[in-house]
Amino acid sequence: MPAVTETIDTVASVTSGTYKYGFETEIEMEFAPKGLNEDIVRFISARKNEPEWLLAWRLKAFALWRTMEEPRWPAVKYPPIDYQDAYYYAAPVKKPGPKSLDEVDPELLRTYEKLGIPLREQAILAGVEGAGESPAEGRMPVAVDAVFDSVSVATTFKGRLEKEGIIFCSISEAVQHHPELVRQYLGSVVPQADNFFAALNSAVFTDGSFVYIPKGVRCPMELSTYFRINAKSTGQFERTLIIADEGATVSYLEGCTAPMRDENQLHAAVVELVALDDASIKYSTVQNWYPGDEDGKGGIYNFVTKRGACRGRRSKISWTQVETGSAITWKYPSCILQGDESVGEFYSVAITNNHQQADTGTKMIHLGRNTRSTIISKGISAGKGQNTYRGLVKIQPKASGARNFTQCDSLLIGDQCGAHTVPYIENRCMTAKVEHEATTSRIAEDQLFYCRQRGLSEEDAVGLIVNGFCREVLKELPMEFAVEAQKLLQISLEGSVG
Amino acid sequence: MLKIEGLTAEIDGKEILKGIDLEVPTGEIHAIMGPNGSGKSTLSYVLSGREGYEITGGAASFEGQDLLAMEPEERAAAGLFLAFQYPVELPGVGNANFLRTALNAQRRAKGEAELDAMQFLKLARERMRALSMPEDMLKRGVNVGFSGGEKKRNEVLQMALLKPRIAILDETDSGLDIDALKIVADGVNAMRGPDFSALVITHYQRLLDYIVPDRVHVLMGGRIVQSGGPELAQQLEASGYGSVRAA
Repeated sequence: MPAVTETIDTVASVTSGTYKYGFETEIEMEFAPKGLNEDIVRFISARKNEPEWLLAWRLKAFALWRTMEEPRWPAVKYPPIDYQDAYYYAAPVKKPGPKSLDEVDPELLRTYEKLGIPLREQAILAGVEGAGESPAEGRMPVAVDAVFDSVSVATTFKGRLEKEGIIFCSISEAVQHHPELVRQYLGSVVPQADNFFAALNSAVFTDGSFVYIPKGVRCPMELSTYFRINAKSTGQFERTLIIADEGATVSYLEGCTAPMRDENQLHAAVVELVALDDASIKYSTVQNWYPGDEDGKGGIYNFVTKRGACRGRRSKISWTQVETGSAITWKYPSCILQGDESVGEFYSVAITNNHQQADTGTKMIHLGRNTRSTIISKGISAGKGQNTYRGLVKIQPKASGARNFTQCDSLLIGDQCGAHTVPYIENRCMTAKVEHEATTSRIAEDQLFYCRQRGLSEEDAVGLIVNGFCREVLKELPMEFAVEAQKLLQISLEGSVG
Repeated sequence: MLKIEGLTAEIDGKEILKGIDLEVPTGEIHAIMGPNGSGKSTLSYVLSGREGYEITGGAASFEGQDLLAMEPEERAAAGLFLAFQYPVELPGVGNANFLRTALNAQRRAKGEAELDAMQFLKLARERMRALSMPEDMLKRGVNVGFSGGEKKRNEVLQMALLKPRIAILDETDSGLDIDALKIVADGVNAMRGPDFSALVITHYQRLLDYIVPDRVHVLMGGRIVQSGGPELAQQLEASGYGSVRAA
């Protein structure tokens, strides 16, 4: 059944317009002192018991970062960030693996409960030994690597994945147990000097997920991470690295909610994907961080570098994102199509309401022959929101027969918001074919009236029309995520009409 | 009963309805006929609550409820259905999803249990067969790429599913060939009963050969200028609206 037909269920379950996940968990924290300098970088590295090469790698990144400047080109406005006025390390105090849910910090469980995570999954998330080995009937198994603030609290379904030779763990664990893989691939897609935020992340990243799918293995379940930003003034510097070896296939889900908070929080993640010959990686995100209140106060600053390298022939990387949260979103999940006949895809829904600002899009870099890319971007602006699609399609001389199709649609709700489309196309190959389509529309009064005449409330009508507008993207999401995404679209736009 | 008294309304400062008086008792079907620009569509929009029309005087009630004080969705839940002259397209919104969302919204408003996907599909398929609608119309976007006839049949399907207590059909016959016209008329006639009433707005008498009204009213210049039995429609067909003007 197409995901969109589920709209009614999700619409019905949404009743409150305030940010649903705004709560804060009180768990004993271990902090590094405030501020950022070489000692902090050393502290983080020591805390995580890292090998010398990684410390050197971090220090190099830190040195580079100090020479770099924050990018000014995005179409977003925010007050200057004081990088010295934040904590760069906070970890929940870790006890050895609990034997049952009774031993798990009840505060942590309450957090999961508020997030609507079922009890069985809570046990898995909290790392209860033996939990989660047999997936419930009729449900697609999902393995979860929970990032609770900076340290991965637990990784699930490990046993089943291990049988296939799949590595799915926190990047800290990977550094300890699979240093050769980390060393080979870390920074190989997003180098330390790539940009200001990537350099910062490289210096101070605390945790994130690591996935390795061996040759010829099709990952038997969706891999998933719940991100939570939880400690006051703690920047989140996730580092995720996913490698699909020859002929491997994996689908990875990243879902985010954050507690409500008054001050702005900086988030600068880096995600690197590597697909070798005939490998395929699907990376799906539903981002719902606190967007700030109706007056634009508070909210997360989300400066993310996500990039995938299709290194192998016929490899494929597909990004799907639903961006409803954050005060500021600066994010361009990209594909480097190096292998001949490799495929890159980008499906995006970005919503800005109230004072939210989003500058998001993708880069498709065609290097190999007969490489193909598809970009479908749906931007929705409401309130005083500003939504910019910024995309680059670059075709190098050797990429003969390369093809790109881009479609950028903008939907405006109200008359104080803005939608902007900034497509860059650089084609240096005569045999390449690049197509770009763009539309801007409003929710028409007759559409709203038609729905209301049939009995829908105005907000349900907007939700239905917006979900219809986003259908091409939502259908790319895994089923469970699609339902959550539709719910978020609805919540994000509450109060935007009338 | 639908009761309209001295209703006046304007759009962009121009008075369109200049004092409508009309009663449609429950169980009856009334036709409103009139030339272009007489206020037929305005009347249907004012009764269903579309924005942009300013009610300057008079009253309209349905089963004792003050229609003009209600939101469009409240009027829908009270049992008022408008079959649109130009059904609206909703790209990307599946017809089945839309119909189920609407049906369940109304059931919720009435305190009835909502239908799950399977129950809904069973009901929808049954009604579609009666309207000779191909099943793939459920999967397509609402009215997107529908022919004129398909759009009108889709309106009648919605009516059959939502089971309104009063239906306003705004020139539902326009652009229909004779077969589609019969299907639409059959759909309306199937609803006929002691608890259902309808206001059939039309320019031509043709539709009224298939939906025989209890009463016919002539709307001209924003007023009901003449009322009568079904024979009035045939007189109009024979002698045109000019004869009314002269009268």
